[in-house]
Amino acid sequence: MMKFAVVSFPGSNCDEDLYYAITDDLHETAKIVPHTATDLSEFDVVLIPGGFSYGDYLRSGAIAKFAPVMTAVKAFAQQGKPVLGICNGFQILTEAGLLPGTLQHNRQMQFICEPEPLRVENNQTTFTSAFQDQQQITLPIAHGEGNYYCDEATLTQLRHNHQIVFTYQNNPNGSVSDIAGITNEVGNVLGMMPHPERAVETIQGGTDGLLVFKSLLKAHLRTV
Amino acid sequence: MFLAQVHVTYKPSILDPQAVAIKNAMHRLDFDEVTAVQQGKYFEITLKASNADEAENQTEAICDQLLANPNMETYRYEVKELANQ
Repeated sequence: MMKFAVVSFPGSNCDEDLYYAITDDLHETAKIVPHTATDLSEFDVVLIPGGFSYGDYLRSGAIAKFAPVMTAVKAFAQQGKPVLGICNGFQILTEAGLLPGTLQHNRQMQFICEPEPLRVENNQTTFTSAFQDQQQITLPIAHGEGNYYCDEATLTQLRHNHQIVFTYQNNPNGSVSDIAGITNEVGNVLGMMPHPERAVETIQGGTDGLLVFKSLLKAHLRTV
Repeated sequence: MFLAQVHVTYKPSILDPQAVAIKNAMHRLDFDEVTAVQQGKYFEITLKASNADEAENQTEAICDQLLANPNMETYRYEVKELANQ
């Protein structure tokens, strides 16, 4: 069985959604790991959930990056193992320096909670190999600070290294280059604003999100 | 004891929709003279240090590591010595 860690900070609120997506829908094992944990070596994947860690005090992700578990997440990522940050998890990964750029307030100052049409820009990653190239999918977004920003040099690098993994079809928040999700240069850390864990059963309106977790499983089965 | 007064603001290249909304509200109040608004964060930090240089170095490190996100924000600060209490 594949083992997923779901990191839970004070104020995380999508940790249980992720837990159930992995156990009920992917049929693999998951464990909710507290922010105080210092060892993640028993896991195959680390998931950083959405929510409002530490109440988004100062800036979203700014306090979470110093939580004890983040030292373990960095070590885990350095070993080349997959780390997926969703929504607030994406914000935390940029603050922690595991991903480039930053998530600003949405251009129109509104919290947006909608199913959002996306495009899979790179299906050659650990997180997206179960999608077709350029596949059009729909995943829910739910954020007030999802407006991805990076400078011109970083954007050139993202494009050059195929680090842009998901884009919005109708940019809802002002993100640079319609970016909805990016990986690090190596490709083992993915941050995305849309919520794949909220699209894993038909009763949720779609199951496109399940393919993210199926991709991780596929990559895992190749290595064992 | 020293008091560090820190201002963190967005870089000019960063769109700040809150500041735009505030400026629009000023115009609705007929303050038509207003041409630009910048919004930021202000911190007062009381800290122990043996001299002003050390207090400044600590403040600088705090700004770099925590108070500002260098991707989109800049900071400035003043450090002053507090009278003994």
